[in-house]
Amino acid sequence: MDIQPLVISLAKIIIISQVLMGGVAFMTWVERRVSAIIQFRLGPNRVGPFGLFQPIADGIKFLMKDETLPAGSHRPLFLLAPVIAFVTALCAFAVVPFGPIVELFGYTVNLVILDLDGGMLFALAATSLGVYGIVCAGWASRSKYALMGGLRSSAQMVSYELALGLAAVSVFLVNGTLRPTEIVAAQAGWFWNWNVFAGFQLLGFLLFMIAGYAETNRLPFDLPEAESELVAGYHTEYSSMKFSMFFMAEYIAMMTMSALAVTLYLGGFHPGFPTGDLAGWPLWGLQIAAFTGKVGFFMFLFVWVRWTLPRFRYDQLMDLGWKRLFPLALANLAMTALLVAFDVIKG
Amino acid sequence: MLSFSPISLGFQKLVAESRLTVVLLISWSVVMAAGLMFLTHLLPKLFNRAKVKRIDESPYECGMKPYRRVEKHRFSVHFYLVAMLFILFDIEAAFLFPWAVTFRDFAADKLFVLGEMAVFLGILVVGFAYVWKRGALEWE
Repeated sequence: MDIQPLVISLAKIIIISQVLMGGVAFMTWVERRVSAIIQFRLGPNRVGPFGLFQPIADGIKFLMKDETLPAGSHRPLFLLAPVIAFVTALCAFAVVPFGPIVELFGYTVNLVILDLDGGMLFALAATSLGVYGIVCAGWASRSKYALMGGLRSSAQMVSYELALGLAAVSVFLVNGTLRPTEIVAAQAGWFWNWNVFAGFQLLGFLLFMIAGYAETNRLPFDLPEAESELVAGYHTEYSSMKFSMFFMAEYIAMMTMSALAVTLYLGGFHPGFPTGDLAGWPLWGLQIAAFTGKVGFFMFLFVWVRWTLPRFRYDQLMDLGWKRLFPLALANLAMTALLVAFDVIKG
Repeated sequence: MLSFSPISLGFQKLVAESRLTVVLLISWSVVMAAGLMFLTHLLPKLFNRAKVKRIDESPYECGMKPYRRVEKHRFSVHFYLVAMLFILFDIEAAFLFPWAVTFRDFAADKLFVLGEMAVFLGILVVGFAYVWKRGALEWE
């Protein structure tokens, strides 16, 4: 068997995981600086230029911190939980096409790690599996706050997953495929070809984003770690890098959610206008930059929303998920089905 | 030095689709996670003196001794109910995936296939309305 494609795959996996980790480090800095600007503070500005090396200092500190294992905790699960959270978060990003098919050093490289036929199923499955990390963490810590945080978190994530899945089904209906590369290919050209416009998916896009915020446990839906009620929620008992891994998992999940929203609704790596005579690396560079820019905007939005909106109460949160988003997602699906059946939305 | 010949995109797609990439992806993520866990286990032992005291290992309770064991802590039955409802509705949503992907292929029978799904969704909506009416979605 020829091992070269496998080497390319492995190289892509390693590079992308490192880019994601770098993105996490950068986002922690952005989060702290932007929150500081919103609140008329300065934020971390001592380590390196503009405090840019702060994440590195944080990482070293996390690595050097004492490791505590709560007495009476379930050791195997307690240690497994951050690994589950981290691995599932990394895996979900693999199906997102972050660029076109390029020529690199004489090899043809498709800029997506996993070009699966059921790619979106893989992504949804991986994000769903993230619940296990949180439930295990909450249960294995043998602490009241962790247990309540884990329970709340799992209930919230499964509730919003329904709306997330149903919103995504409408896109599959419009494009007739589950393969992310094909969904992106169908949105080439002008920006009105994007699913959010050409597929009449504005409502679906909003539902997807709201459910995505709840799915990644971000404000205004960060009930699992509502610090005024539950201390730190499911990771109350975690210290050192084990805590940091939950943190990284959350940020990677945010990036995955942004990337999925961009892929499904906003044209993926297509810049939104015909690229004309551009070919080769100028075109590919533009497309990769377009993808990065769109995902970057949504990452910024995550931070912006977090420091602008107050937190929901738990019953309001469950009400929103079950009584508003779920029926709306169903209605959106029914409307999309009708539009596709009567050829208003062209394939 | 290794030298590889350029290969056709078709074959590369084949490999990208193969389960091997999934295995590679999961193993690499596990290796990274395990590496971090190992480092965070090892480094403090190398550079700090071990000074984790017994009190550090007790469950967090704002600095007090835990006044009640977590096993005796009660939580709402609603969490169980939500999990049950999720399984029901998520299975129904899972049935929508293949339908959504193949819908355009039924060019001639589109309306019939649409009608079938309308019946399915109708049953789902009736079930949802029943659950709502019975108050399973209320949180106090």
